[in-house]
Amino acid sequence: MPSKYDWPAAEKRSLIGKRINRLDGLAKSTGRAKYSYDTNRPGGLTAKLLTSPYAHARVTKIDTGEAERLAGVRAIRVMSPVGTEVQWQGYEIAAVAADTEEIARDAVRKIQVEYEVLPHLVKEEDLSKAGNRTKPSGENTQGNPDQGFSQADVIHEGFYGANVITHCCLEPHGQVAEWDGDNCTVYASTQAVGSIGRELGKVLAADPATANVKPSNVRVITQYMGGGFGSKFSPDRWGIVCAQLARQAGKPVKLMLDRDQELLMAGARPSHFAKVKVGAKKDGTLVAWESESWTTGGMSGAGAAPIPYVIEIPNRKTRNIAVSTNTGPARAWRAPNHPQAAVLTMCPLTDLAAKLNMDPLELFLKNVSLSPRGDVYRAELLKAAELMDWKAKYHAPGKGGNGYLKRGVGLSIHTWGGRGHDSECRLIINPDGSVQAQLGSQDLGTGTRTVIGIVAAETLGLPLSGVQVQIGDSNYPPSGGSGGSTTVGGVSASTRRASVKALDKLLEAVAPGMGTTADKLVAVDGRIQVQGDPSKSLTWKAACAKLGTKAISETGRQPARDEGNLGDSGVGGAQMAEVEVDTETGIVTMRKMVAVQDCGLIIDLKTAESQCYGACIMGIGSALYEEKIYDQQTGRMLNADMEFYKLGGIGDVGEIVVHMMTRDYDQRGVIGLGEPPVISPPAAISNAVFNALGVRIPTIPITPDKVLAALEKGGMA
Amino acid sequence: MSKIDSEDHGKKHPGKKGFSRRSFLQGIGISGGAVASLPKGLLAEPQAESGARVMGPGPVPVSLRINGKVHNLNIEPRVTLLDALRNHLDLTGAKKVCDRSVCGTCTVIVAGHPVYACGLLAIEAQGKDIQTIEGLLSTHGKAHPVPTAFVENDAQQCGFCTPGFVMAVKAFLDKHPNPTMEQVKQGLGGNLCRCGTYIGVRQAALDAAREMRGGKRA
Ligand code: FES
Ligand code: FES
Repeated sequence: MPSKYDWPAAEKRSLIGKRINRLDGLAKSTGRAKYSYDTNRPGGLTAKLLTSPYAHARVTKIDTGEAERLAGVRAIRVMSPVGTEVQWQGYEIAAVAADTEEIARDAVRKIQVEYEVLPHLVKEEDLSKAGNRTKPSGENTQGNPDQGFSQADVIHEGFYGANVITHCCLEPHGQVAEWDGDNCTVYASTQAVGSIGRELGKVLAADPATANVKPSNVRVITQYMGGGFGSKFSPDRWGIVCAQLARQAGKPVKLMLDRDQELLMAGARPSHFAKVKVGAKKDGTLVAWESESWTTGGMSGAGAAPIPYVIEIPNRKTRNIAVSTNTGPARAWRAPNHPQAAVLTMCPLTDLAAKLNMDPLELFLKNVSLSPRGDVYRAELLKAAELMDWKAKYHAPGKGGNGYLKRGVGLSIHTWGGRGHDSECRLIINPDGSVQAQLGSQDLGTGTRTVIGIVAAETLGLPLSGVQVQIGDSNYPPSGGSGGSTTVGGVSASTRRASVKALDKLLEAVAPGMGTTADKLVAVDGRIQVQGDPSKSLTWKAACAKLGTKAISETGRQPARDEGNLGDSGVGGAQMAEVEVDTETGIVTMRKMVAVQDCGLIIDLKTAESQCYGACIMGIGSALYEEKIYDQQTGRMLNADMEFYKLGGIGDVGEIVVHMMTRDYDQRGVIGLGEPPVISPPAAISNAVFNALGVRIPTIPITPDKVLAALEKGGMA
Repeated sequence: MSKIDSEDHGKKHPGKKGFSRRSFLQGIGISGGAVASLPKGLLAEPQAESGARVMGPGPVPVSLRINGKVHNLNIEPRVTLLDALRNHLDLTGAKKVCDRSVCGTCTVIVAGHPVYACGLLAIEAQGKDIQTIEGLLSTHGKAHPVPTAFVENDAQQCGFCTPGFVMAVKAFLDKHPNPTMEQVKQGLGGNLCRCGTYIGVRQAALDAAREMRGGKRA
């Protein structure tokens, strides 16, 4: 049923779907944007954490006396009292707030802690060394795998994996906390303005020192935040202690994690390793799959990745084992479990294609009908092949050139949900013509602010500058946390509905004076006019002036039954990578990536494309450079810094081509985009390296040492 | 990660010519896994000149000329230029990310050279012209061409790396008014971005160069 809330038809859109600059671009690029880390409150203190150097230990003694006596120290909290069993390096032991950062660091060094060191496990790639730290975590059988394999003409078996990586948000986790009586304001670097305050309030209410605090007493403000990628959804132990220190000291306190702490404990993406067996008919039709996988996300292990990924091979059996390790705990990492699933699926399928003497593109085209979106994948694969010039570049594995530099191409496909989360928008039209859209949402850098502005402006017939977008404050109407690519669907729908309702009110107010009825009026080009008769019109300002002294304030909600179907869930996506491998040094160089992506109706094409470019670059990092490297002997992370926890630089990412599927796809309404394009790069790149060399580097990241080792094993060094 | 960084990049590191930690490591092609310990000598900060005055450890008067204005502070000698800007002067455009001269988010321009402000003590920056993003002035009512080009090319997502990148581009273009794409990739290798804005940054640097040349090709 068509509804007045529906998105305007393509030919009527003046802003939606165009390439539009982000609203806060200049604030960011001129350094005016204030992040939590930049929030200097009057009289504010700086807090630093003392963390455990051991992967597994019991605290046997803790003495803060000397630290307390240091001039300039204002408050100390012990977070792990005697008897606490710490389970990973970086675990919080105590926190100090002091007049300056330097004094806080000195004080942390003066806290004396003794530990009883306990045995640890920090590595899981070799399951045979995991001892009693494993437990089954998911088993599933579909069809008849034994029968499936008996029908296969070709069977491939192999080992594949993805190591643990970390989020490495450039703005570390942390916040500033400031009290006024029993009310606490928290300037937090968070993905969930709406929920972390309540969660923090609950914890504070349970503390005798802050027993009067109610969850609603905590206000969270996040105007700008420097990256989250799934790791910033909780108030966290450091957020709680920050509020407690501020209370104790009677002054605002800033506590931001140091870089090593950030990398040790503030987020990890679980590893995923698997022994895979997959079978196909001579013509490439996939018939059977069997896998035994294992994974760790720290102490709690981790769940199974969705394998076989995207392509639902009819006869399949999967078994997963969770390994508990003494490493910083896992947090959702952009598209949780999907990038690993892509590696564990698209790599063996490519190896199987090699055994069949088939171009993997043909194998995928043949089998995407086993996915829920076969036609979409077919179209996307063909588009990607065209943009990559796949036909010209593809060669049999290992035939990547005669010299020491070998070139190759590889591909992968992916999927994601991305349905909009719950959201409320308050849309205010003032008699002076100004407009505010208020939501308790947050902009992680995806362009949320801009998307809200575009939807409101489009609906009200205004230029983008005619709408003030007010977000990043828990005092605004609640909107969901920004995770799982749910934000754009949520805020665009609630904003659309609020804007339609507010406009209706305005039209009702001005219709009598214009000698007509509200249903005959439209808002277009900054005017309210009689439909089909531009001569009868009012400027937006003049129309709003008719409101007298009373502003219009309307609320729109997502979901809202009977108020239009504005979004959907489920996207595809295909990517191809071209690499050059130096067989003497083992270094893999990116030449080109192609990302073809659908996501329903695109609100801002420019920021949507940026999501894809950024996702490819992040994916290149995890394919080639990133790994949390632990040493089993000492239990320590060897690269808790940015020298050796490597991110790719501007010269490392090659050429990137992004193609958004638009025409016809917009019928589905808005679907989230943040996660899907980050899924395929590691698998596509690994496959490109395989194509170049003819040997498989089984795990990502594909570092030079692994390339050289694989070449040696393959007799090619 | 295989490229040896250009001379410009090397100059980012105050007191050293031609090498930063990052360029050294990139130059020898070390990947994350390859190295657990480093030759000390190559990583140590430059020592104070012989016969240098001993200061501190308590607060000492420090005078900094930032964006043309002199600021007098009383801070401990161990305070970095970055912490002096951020914690003592509320100039928070330069960001603290690695605090170890790796990522470039703290880039400011000192005596005409791009510098990692976390790798320089505030006391060492005395007597030199320090330019921060806050001083990147707009002219004729228009924002400076570099930030403008960043906006047009959507060269920022979360934006946390952006002020550092903008300063690095500004300093790079001051030296190379008409760079090629290859030079942009090499010359800006000292700044990292987690959100992956490099494609926009590359184009922004080229566009800003054209704009700063007065829209003409050199
Ligand atoms: S914070 Fe200075 S280079 Fe990273
Ligand atoms: S824009 Fe987020 S780190 Fe560069």
